[in-house]
Formats: sequence, C-alpha cells, structure tokens
Amino acid sequence: MNRAGEIAAKAERDDIRSRWLLSMPALATIFFAAAGPLVIVLLCSVLEPGPYGGVVWKFSPEAWISVFMERDIFDDTLSVADAHVVIFWRSVKLALLATVGALVLGFPTAYFIATRSERARDVWLFLITIPFWTNLLIRTLAVLQVIRNEGVINTLLIKLGIIEAPIQILFTDTAITLGMVYVYLPFMVLPIYASLEKLDFRLVEAAYDLYASRVQVLRRIIFPLVKPGVIAGSILVFIPAISAYVTPSVLGGGKNMMVANLIELQFGQGRNVPLGSALSISVMAIVAAALLVYVRNTGGSEARHG
Amino acid sequence: MGPSVPERPDRNAIDVRGVGKVFGTGDSAVAALDRVSVSIRENEFFTLLGPSGCGKTTLLRLIAGFDYPSEGEILLYGEDIAPLPPFKRPVNTVFQSYALFPHMTVGGNIGFGLEMLGKPKAEIAARVDQMLKLVRMEALKRRRISEISGGQQQRVALARALAPQPKVLLLDEPLSALDFKLRKEMQIELKRLQHETGITFIFVTHDQEEALTMSDRIAVMSSGRILQVGTPRDIYDRPAERFVADFIGETNFLAADMVGSSNGQARVRLASGAELGAALPDGLAPNGRVTVVVRPEHARLVKQGGAISGTLENVVYFGTDTHYYVRPDSGGDTFIVRQQNTRDGATFTAGERIGIAISDDAAQVLRD
Repeated sequence: MNRAGEIAAKAERDDIRSRWLLSMPALATIFFAAAGPLVIVLLCSVLEPGPYGGVVWKFSPEAWISVFMERDIFDDTLSVADAHVVIFWRSVKLALLATVGALVLGFPTAYFIATRSERARDVWLFLITIPFWTNLLIRTLAVLQVIRNEGVINTLLIKLGIIEAPIQILFTDTAITLGMVYVYLPFMVLPIYASLEKLDFRLVEAAYDLYASRVQVLRRIIFPLVKPGVIAGSILVFIPAISAYVTPSVLGGGKNMMVANLIELQFGQGRNVPLGSALSISVMAIVAAALLVYVRNTGGSEARHG
Repeated sequence: MGPSVPERPDRNAIDVRGVGKVFGTGDSAVAALDRVSVSIRENEFFTLLGPSGCGKTTLLRLIAGFDYPSEGEILLYGEDIAPLPPFKRPVNTVFQSYALFPHMTVGGNIGFGLEMLGKPKAEIAARVDQMLKLVRMEALKRRRISEISGGQQQRVALARALAPQPKVLLLDEPLSALDFKLRKEMQIELKRLQHETGITFIFVTHDQEEALTMSDRIAVMSSGRILQVGTPRDIYDRPAERFVADFIGETNFLAADMVGSSNGQARVRLASGAELGAALPDGLAPNGRVTVVVRPEHARLVKQGGAISGTLENVVYFGTDTHYYVRPDSGGDTFIVRQQNTRDGATFTAGERIGIAISDDAAQVLRD
C-alpha cells in the first residue's frame, strides 16, 4: 500500500473512532435510561415474587399467566381475570376518549392561534404553556375543585336553577376523562399548531376559489395537510393518558382504577413485583400495537385522485 | 371547445364601479384602491399593469372575492358579486405562487374545482383529460406536484383554473417565477389558451413588455388609481400622463408652449423655437406650458434642419437598431433617438452637429 493509501485508511479509522466517541453520551443514555431498566423489568416479570416484596431468583411464568388469568385459590383452575380485563379496557377507552376530546378542543384552538398576527400568536402560545409551570397533582386537584358536588359547576347549575341536586361527576370515568383532556391538551395543541403554522394559507384561498365550501376546505385541504401534527398530537396525548396515574387516582377516587394504578398496587401493597412488571410490559405492548395500527391507517393514505 | 362567438360582442364581463379598498383602520388606514372604475369586455385579454404596490393585485383579489371592497360595486355580467364569497363566484384564479395542492396528483388538482361543484365522476375524468391535453401534460396526470418542474406546475395551475370553465380567469403575475425562455413560451401559450377557450382573461403584471405583447387592452395603474386604459398601441403611442409615458418604454419629455388647438390636435412651440403638431388627450384643452412626449423611435436624425438642433453626444449600437443621445442647443434633457439599422442608411458619429426631425403625429401632449 502506498503512503497516500495509508493516510486515507488512518483518516477513516480516526473518523470511525471519533464517531463512536461522539455518540457515546447518546448510547449511554439509551442504555442506562431506557434499554437497561426495560431489561430489568422484563427479567423481574419471569421470576417469583419474594415473600416481603422484591423477587426470588427462580424462573416462574406465574406473573404472565395472572396478567389475564386468575387462579382459583382452592382448586387451582384458571379463569379469565375479569378485574384486570376491565381495568385494561377502561384504560384504553378513557385514553381514546381523552385523545378525541383533546383533538376536538385542541384543533380549533391551534387553528385560532395559527391565524392570529405574529405577535398575538406568541402571547397565545405562552398562555397555552402556562399550566406546565404548575405541578400535575395541583392541577388535578384544581379540576377536582371544579367538578366536585360542591364545586364550581354544580353550584353554578343549581344557582341557575337548571338542576336541583348536584350531578355526581367526581369519582366517575367522566371525571377521569375530563381531567386527562385538561392536563394533556397542550400536547395536542402544540404539534397541531406547528403544522398549521407551516400551512400555506394561499392553498386555502385557492380551494375557496375552486368552489370549496368552508367545510370542504377543512376536510380536503387543511386537515390532510396538518395530519402529521394531528398524528403527533394524538400520540402525545394517548401515551401518557393510557398510563396516567395521578389523574385517575385523584379524580377516580381509587374506585375506577386505570392500569397505572393497578401496577402501582402490585409494587406497593400487593408486593408482587413480577406481576407489576408483566403488567407494565403488557401496557407497553398495547401502546406499541395501537401506535402501529394508528400510523398505518393514517400515515400513507393521503388522498389520491385523478 | 373551439373559440366561442359572443352573443353580444360589446357585453362587459366585469364592471368595476367606484371601487375603493382601505386596509387597516384609523391612523394606520391605507387606501390601496381609490374609487377605481373600469369595464372589461367579454373574451378580452385585459391587463392591469403597474409597479408593485399600485393596487393591481388588490383589484384582482376583490374580483376573485378574497377581499371585500370598502366601497363601490363589482358587476359580473351585470350582477353585483362584491358581497359573494369566492366559492360562489364563477371566476377562477391562477396564483403567482401557483398554490397547487401538494397532497394531490396533477389530475387531482385539475379535477378539484369540478369535484367541489359536484359534477359526476365521469364528467370530471373526461374534463381533466381534456384540460391535460389543452396544456400538453397528458403524460403527467398521476404525478405528484413535487415531482414536476416549475413550468409544468404553471401549466397545471392554468388547467386547474380553466377546468370549471369560469366566466373570467384571473391571472396574478403567473409568469414571474419562470425563467426568460419559459416566460416567452408561456406568453404565447397563454394567448393560445385564451383564444381556444374564449374565456375573458384579466392578467396582472408589472412587466410592460409582457403587457404590450399579450393584451387586447391595458389599464395602467399607479398609487391605487387607473391612469389610462387602452390598446397596447394607444398606451405606447399616446400616453396621457407622465407616469404612463415613463413606465412604458423609453420616452423624451419636452417642455413646450401651447400655440393653439383644434379637434384634439395641438400646435406647440418647443424651446428651440420650432412649432410642432401634437395629439391632445381626450377632453384636454390646456394653455401655456405643457409637456410633450416623443418616443425615441418616432424621431429621426437629420444632417441639417429638424425641429431641434444639437450635438450628438453618444452612439450606442444594438444590432437591429442604434440609440443616439443628442444634447439640444436649447438646453433641457438629453434627447434619445432610436433608429433602425439599414444597410445603406446614413451614419452619424459622436460629436457631430445634428438635427432632430419630429413628424406631426409623433408628439403627444401630457395631462400633467
């Protein structure tokens, strides 16, 4: 090999080495903060629970069986774990409802902001982010104050003579959904706003010019073009909503558990770390599957005509 | 779809009557249009010409319905359309930016207007094919907008606006994004399309050459007003105002004194003492000092005599013609004469004493 070749080969080796070194922080973060803990959780899910919490180093599929099945304490027969299924179903249902609710409220909000003047937009965006300054628990307690029987809504409705007795909102699924919509709304507004801000409003004019009514413009032009923002917003709301812990425990009053509360129970009072781990991974699997289906069905299906 | 014969040739497609547009309120109010009135005939290629900020695009947007006039009315075949939203006006626009829908194919874009009008699928498909053929883009029907060139996008924008067969087609500087060669091609293409479809075109541009070569009639605009409406020839040969004369082509402005006038024809005396016949704008009967314009190619250099005598300062050869810059003995601005180069024509050299001959129908008095 001639000298020039050697230099080139050395430069390439140096290049590869520096690339590895430069990506070390990212790789370390991924390993210690994401992949590592996940492996531990996965491992715990196939071990036996310790008598006073923790795990015993002995393989057991029991945790995975009891995610969806229940073992009769007398005759060891397996039946479907109704409680778990109900909780899983409620989590998926409420997370979906919260996502839809946030979309219904968030899209017009984002549209409103995106169509303001440049200066006004900054003010509105600032207002949208203000709730982030407050602790989640405090915001949830604030929602509780609004919807409880002696709260703002019921008092107002009674004063106005619309209802006689307070409506029970607190400690219902409705309360949890309302709370989640409120808490996660900014996650819907911001990505949709980002998409709308990039939208060329001359396209909207062009559509009006070509006889599209306001509804048609929304459906055929604006919505398809801001879909990436809608998808991002829906994902950002759905994921924290399905694994919400604070909101359902405060507003659901411990009666209407969601899956995060169930998992917490296993690690806490239940002293069943393997079951908690198996449940956690099940939730992850559900979320991953849901995202896959969602993105498949919305991503590549842009309108084709002609 | 051949050239359609209008039932009444002089019917007006668009009547703009005393239309004003003010943007903003209070102290920050800006008048973009100042009580503009103009009539556009059916099947006409009508051009709104003026520098940026003159109000031409504002007027176009009012006709399209994207903005509403602060005062006045806009009639489409005699019906006031000023209060109608754009999707209720049988008028389509070709946008400067094309504004093609990026999430649809070429065919999808062209068919969009018809689809919104609720036409049957078969009719839309047939019409889309017809339009693609009209703009010679048959092969690209299923392409995405991002996959075609700027010139092709321009054609799609045209086809999309023409597909619903609008009564009037509005074109907002549609050629400004194209390079020189493509622009020339599209100018011819636009004239052909207008002829073949028989649709009234209202074309907005700041390019005087584009306006002169394409239009049946031109309205020259400045500061929210229409200064002059006429055929390209009228506008070029008989500019009524200094702005029009200055904006379109090169011009010589001469100070002169009125001597007399009759039948729209004036006699004026130039600073050199020579008397000259000059056309008067309609309804103008001035006295005293006036300004007269003479186009450089309407004057002639002579060895002796002529209306103005002077010294030839500079000679610039342009191939087909030569520009001569003459300093008049009587003072004033340098006078430009443009003369076609012929094989046996007289030649003049810089520094020579020279005369400028101006025929009686070459000069025009300005409404200053």
